[in-house]
Amino acid sequence: MENILTQAKRVAEEAEVFTVSSEETPVQFEANRLKHIQSKQSTSVALRIIRQGKIGYATTTELGDTQNLVNNAVETAQFGMTARFELPSLTAYPKVDIFDPDVESIPVEEMVKLGEELITTVRGHTSDIVCEAGVTKSLISVHIINSRGGQANYKESIFSLGIEGHLIRDTDMLFVGESQSSCHPLLEPKAVAEVVLQQLELAKNRASIPTKSVPVIFTPMGVACALIPPLMTAFNGKIVLEGASPIGSKLGQPVFDEKLWLWDDSTLAYRPESRPCDDEGIPSQRTPLIEKGTVANFLYDLQTAALAHTRSTGNGSRNRGGLPAPAPSAFIIAPGNTTFDEMVNDIKEGLVVEYLMGATQGNILGGDFSGNVLLGYKVESGKIVGRVKDTMVSGNVYQLLKQITAIGSDVKWVGSFLNTPSIYCPSLSVASK
Amino acid sequence: MNWRFYKLALSMTHIEAIGRQLALKGYSADYVEVRLEESQTSRITYRGRELESIGKTSAIGGNVRALVRGGWGFVSFNNLDKLPGTVELAVKQAQFVGNEESQLAPVEPVVDTVSSQEKNPVAMPLAEKKQLLDEYNDIIWHTPRLQTSIISYDDSHKKVIFLNSSGSYIEQERSGITLRLTAVATEGSEVQQVGLNLGSSGDFSQIKGLHHQIEQMAQRAVELLSAPQVKGGEYTVVLDPVLAGVFVHEAFGHLSEADFVYENDRLREIMVLGKKFGGAELNIVDTATIPGLRGSYKYDDEGVPATKTYLIWEGKLVGRLHSRETAAKMKEKPTGNARAINYRYPPIVRMTNTYIEPRAASFDDIISDIKEGVYAKNWYGGMTSMEMFTFSAGEACMIRNGKLAETLRPVVLTGNVFTTLNNIDAIGNDLEMNQGGGCGKGVQSPLPVANGSPHIRIHHCLVGGR
Repeated sequence: MENILTQAKRVAEEAEVFTVSSEETPVQFEANRLKHIQSKQSTSVALRIIRQGKIGYATTTELGDTQNLVNNAVETAQFGMTARFELPSLTAYPKVDIFDPDVESIPVEEMVKLGEELITTVRGHTSDIVCEAGVTKSLISVHIINSRGGQANYKESIFSLGIEGHLIRDTDMLFVGESQSSCHPLLEPKAVAEVVLQQLELAKNRASIPTKSVPVIFTPMGVACALIPPLMTAFNGKIVLEGASPIGSKLGQPVFDEKLWLWDDSTLAYRPESRPCDDEGIPSQRTPLIEKGTVANFLYDLQTAALAHTRSTGNGSRNRGGLPAPAPSAFIIAPGNTTFDEMVNDIKEGLVVEYLMGATQGNILGGDFSGNVLLGYKVESGKIVGRVKDTMVSGNVYQLLKQITAIGSDVKWVGSFLNTPSIYCPSLSVASK
Repeated sequence: MNWRFYKLALSMTHIEAIGRQLALKGYSADYVEVRLEESQTSRITYRGRELESIGKTSAIGGNVRALVRGGWGFVSFNNLDKLPGTVELAVKQAQFVGNEESQLAPVEPVVDTVSSQEKNPVAMPLAEKKQLLDEYNDIIWHTPRLQTSIISYDDSHKKVIFLNSSGSYIEQERSGITLRLTAVATEGSEVQQVGLNLGSSGDFSQIKGLHHQIEQMAQRAVELLSAPQVKGGEYTVVLDPVLAGVFVHEAFGHLSEADFVYENDRLREIMVLGKKFGGAELNIVDTATIPGLRGSYKYDDEGVPATKTYLIWEGKLVGRLHSRETAAKMKEKPTGNARAINYRYPPIVRMTNTYIEPRAASFDDIISDIKEGVYAKNWYGGMTSMEMFTFSAGEACMIRNGKLAETLRPVVLTGNVFTTLNNIDAIGNDLEMNQGGGCGKGVQSPLPVANGSPHIRIHHCLVGGR
């Protein structure tokens, strides 16, 4: 790495070398039985330079291929954007615990047992369900150095458990599933299976809902499918800078219901999205985005922050191996004090949305979403009566979150990216067959 | 162990040198294969008036896959020097998993070299690519009331070497280009966008000369600001060839991938060959054999030659897409549809170029007797859970009394595989293939595919709306 930096400094004013290596061991079950064991090793090196004031960028998987890497970065710098930022010099980072040596030492045999227990528990409830399951351990190490003396180094362990069940009766198909991840080993498959069992119970009966507007509860998974993708875009500093975010000019203004609090946090202990610094070496932080319904901040990397005359929030992310760009680390929505059952009891006729298919395929920038309720339940007179099918819901995130009936006390991690309670809104438009 | 590893020969690339010296016989496995891959890509993005990022990548890597008593081991790596140990690790993993009989459909061993039909687009000067994108961006920015633009251009060139323990040795080269343009219009806190997605199997000229199309795209984004949203409900819907291509991919393509079916007895009953899904006019094809399309190749990632497979013939299920394992377990012929997005993943059953065959109806025939309906065009995307699926249109307008009427905001449509294909009651004569899409399945995304169809009409199609 030092060698790449030295060579790059000969042809550029500034340079930064970012290396990530990972080792991943997925154990996979198909059709209720063990099918694959895999082992994946990967390394990649990214070089960012500032040459004649402009940004150049190249990546490679070959550590020995320094000359080609530097040449590619120089070639792209001819056309690159003018650099407005300074790379960070040596910085102190917050202590963020994301490595547990126990993950590495878990034997494959034990991972197989965890997967088997997941499947056995779900099939113990519904014997004719066909399950796929995955148990994965990963170790990641990240190393950043730059020409201003900045450097960062960290190791992370990730363990994940997931199951997807597929139940077919005649031509009726039901999908259920749950996955959890942590920097610690997850040794309680029953906790994951329990979520699936609850879905199976609620989906046992069928119900239908007419075409009209009804009150709706988005479960944590439902929040993740329908409401979060537009917010991720809207709080991205780059979209704000372009004038394409509907809340870009609303900093400090009440845009959402005052029950809503949202922040981005990359400092939570033992969470897979946490880290001491972002992909540019800027310290991690907790950034409030919505405080009491008011727009509090947007997310920035170095270049975008400089263009917007503000500071990086430590959200520089190298998605797909590209140049750093602002991206959320983990979104956290504050819990309210209404239980899920209280919300259901409050509804005369309405819908619980657990999984929405196709919701991210519309005008996300404008906050519109529309999707098929792949997993969702009808509520009648305060009770969940069964699963709805062939049903579409449509709405706009900004209209929905302006007036929230209640926020749940039932916070939960959805994947590794979102921690949220259920959200209960007064009206959503439904179209059904 | 009969591992042999020689120093690189100077005239060959790194992976050729390794591949040609590799012997896979003699391991205690029913089957072993190795894939080695070298790739280059370049990427240019614009957000707003200026170029945002430009970068080049090069990667080298490989994998080993082993099958022992029905269980698979798979190891992927960037570091090719560790290959000997890697083969052993994959075999050991497979031994740990396997406890039944291995089944792979027999395929003749192949020794072949397939070079790319196109010039390597990554090697083209960046200045030439940038100039074209600058022209396109200028057009978008000259549109009144337009807020911003997003453009991303990607190209790639890769060489893949495949060899297996049955004696196959195949070198294949592939190139690809994708171009996505989005125009964003705003008014107050209203934001609307229209996109254009194109691709080619490496031919840069296919993304040239789009100036007029891009101008129209930008104008439509502005028009959408004042367009109403459709009222949700059931409509007679006409799909343009682009969206109908997404429809056929989601509505039926994924369900015909045999890996969903082969170990699931209930699904095997539902998906029995001969079952009726649509009307007598409906033929659906998947084939990787059409030159120049992004989903085309000569051999798949298990070394099986590409074929043309009818999935639906005259409305009935007649075939499905297979890997060697799914074909053997279902006692059908392999179709050459096992594909991996890159060396980090094992091949799984995927579509290639999927389309509805054209029939006689003209566009006027299709819309003339519709009293109230929706004409949906262009795509944002699609998803399926096999029984139910969604597909979303980038643009739409109402059809009233047989004529195209007011512009609508983009719509999302949904269907059910057991009813919607049967509700297709008109198929046009104007087949077009769209090359701008990429398909995702599990974690493997985006895989180059092409989708196509003529205009089609579907009655009783559920449309989301206010």
